[in-house]
Amino acid sequence: MTIAIEVDNLEKVFMGKREVRALDGVSFAVEEGTVFGLLGPNGSGKTTAVRVLTTILRPDVGSARVLGNDVVKKAALVRSLIGLAGQYAAVDENLTGRENLQMVGKLNHLPNSFVATRAIELLDQFNLTEAGDRPLKTYSGGMRRRLDLAAALVARPTVLFLDEPTTGLDPQSRNDLWEVIEQLVGGGTTVLLTTQYLEEADRLASTLAVLDHGKVIAEGTSESMKADLGATVLEVGLPTIDDARRTGTVLDGLGPHVVLVNGTLVEVTVDNGPQAAMVALRSLDAEGIVPTTFNLREPSLDDVFLALTGHRTESEEPDEEDNLSPRQQRRKKRLADLEKALPVQTGEYA
Amino acid sequence: MTTTTVVAPTVSGAPHSTGLASNLRWLVSDTLTLTKRNLLAVTRIPEALFFSTVQPIMFVLLFRYVFGGAIDTGPVSYVDYLLPGIFVQTVAFGSVSTAIGLSEDLQKGIIERFRALPMSRGAVLLGRTTADLVRNVFVVIIMTVVGFLVGFRPTEGVASFMAGIGLILLFAYALSWFFAIVGLSAPNSETAQVMSFPLVFPLTFISAAFVTVGSMPSWLQGFATYQPFSVTISACRSLMVGPASTGTGRSTTFWVVQSLAWTIGLLIVFIPLAIRRYRTRT
Repeated sequence: MTIAIEVDNLEKVFMGKREVRALDGVSFAVEEGTVFGLLGPNGSGKTTAVRVLTTILRPDVGSARVLGNDVVKKAALVRSLIGLAGQYAAVDENLTGRENLQMVGKLNHLPNSFVATRAIELLDQFNLTEAGDRPLKTYSGGMRRRLDLAAALVARPTVLFLDEPTTGLDPQSRNDLWEVIEQLVGGGTTVLLTTQYLEEADRLASTLAVLDHGKVIAEGTSESMKADLGATVLEVGLPTIDDARRTGTVLDGLGPHVVLVNGTLVEVTVDNGPQAAMVALRSLDAEGIVPTTFNLREPSLDDVFLALTGHRTESEEPDEEDNLSPRQQRRKKRLADLEKALPVQTGEYA
Repeated sequence: MTTTTVVAPTVSGAPHSTGLASNLRWLVSDTLTLTKRNLLAVTRIPEALFFSTVQPIMFVLLFRYVFGGAIDTGPVSYVDYLLPGIFVQTVAFGSVSTAIGLSEDLQKGIIERFRALPMSRGAVLLGRTTADLVRNVFVVIIMTVVGFLVGFRPTEGVASFMAGIGLILLFAYALSWFFAIVGLSAPNSETAQVMSFPLVFPLTFISAAFVTVGSMPSWLQGFATYQPFSVTISACRSLMVGPASTGTGRSTTFWVVQSLAWTIGLLIVFIPLAIRRYRTRT
């Protein structure tokens, strides 16, 4: 087993209006040729970890190596080995798609002839050939993200960092981007991906680490985490709070975790969805309780968090908030709002 | 579990050398790439360039035809007195675009991408200031044409006129490095712009640009004569329409040396400060 990314006890504190411990002793290792998912809510330290690994930020304590090269001591070398696609599509608004790719190629010190061919190749791969010579102002959000990813690939990096590649995208664009990332991984690239979506991490990453307040609170394969958590969440809506309480008692013991009663909504994480649903409906019927809604869905990051930490994900402590401009903060908030409007949930049988 | 150490980059033709000559070569190459990128942005928003020349043209017309008649400039006609002042005002306002451009790049996350690329560290600031210099050249050409149209007639010959233009472009380039710091410190480009104006405005107007310093109250005259904008205006005026036009009794050399001293001084102070600000801004 060869390790491509090695992170050793990283700490980073931001001094702003208040001190934010963005990384608080983070360690993990990523095997070469695999996708590693860094999962966590806003402010958990995901972006800070990526910024340290991509040499943008120096850690206060600890060290990190990419393909064996220290990110602080051999920063220049590391930069020539990696690609980064950021959360805030870092592409140039005023240039065309092709010009953006060519600029990144030249700044990677690649020969002009290679850059020109590579740009054509990437535009084609990301389905941007037609839009390639249009300025970015005419691009949709999904197209921008694809171009951002293409820009990260110009120099054929062996290690790729994707910081929330699909945050704020509509489901279709998200799916398209996932397919592209899957193709890349098929080609042997090592990918470190940060995400707020369990579904995304589940689909793309073979190994996961869950970050909370700058600490790794869980690590393992996506399967083992799901097995720990239970594969499905059963969500029952009831007409009254009283009914919800009774349902909570009835469904206790259905899954490996405690039943969560939240107003008129009852949630329980179970291993076998359909089977648990049958048991639940029978027991509710026996008690004379009639639910208003009855859903089976995949666990969300929120559920994972709840199971791991006992608290819901909190996004009111965003890292580096003090270093963001008001516009970036507004943008961040807009993205967060958009995410709420686009819940990644599947399997609803209301 | 083993750890591989990759020393050579994966793409052939991406040399990774650390020699001084090679560093310098990449610095030049990266600066050119970013200069081109910044200038392309200018051409993509032609409105911005157009309107950045509209304001100085309005100043020319306003002072030439409205206020000029009431201003006594002694041995030279007002239009000949005015234009060197307008040149300096125009390029100084042009330098503000360094602040705006840099803060915009920071805001949009492009600089984040640049930081993760194996490019020369200094190229972002050099590329920005160089592009703004080129932009200023273009604006100065337009203002020269406008000046000739309203009756501006340099008397000291072409070489001397060009020397005057060169002097103010150098001065504007030095100012760009100061505005780079403003841009790197501002939370966004809108703020960068409003932060720049209180700095440029008094230096432009409490100067020898539009009126003779002698007409100001005596307590203001010292500042108005020797502040950097004024000495550059006087140098430019001396070179273009003769030393008598400055109304100071000083020689052309005196003003040129003063102006160059300011330019060099600004560069020596603000280049390292801007680079430091760029490094520490995360």
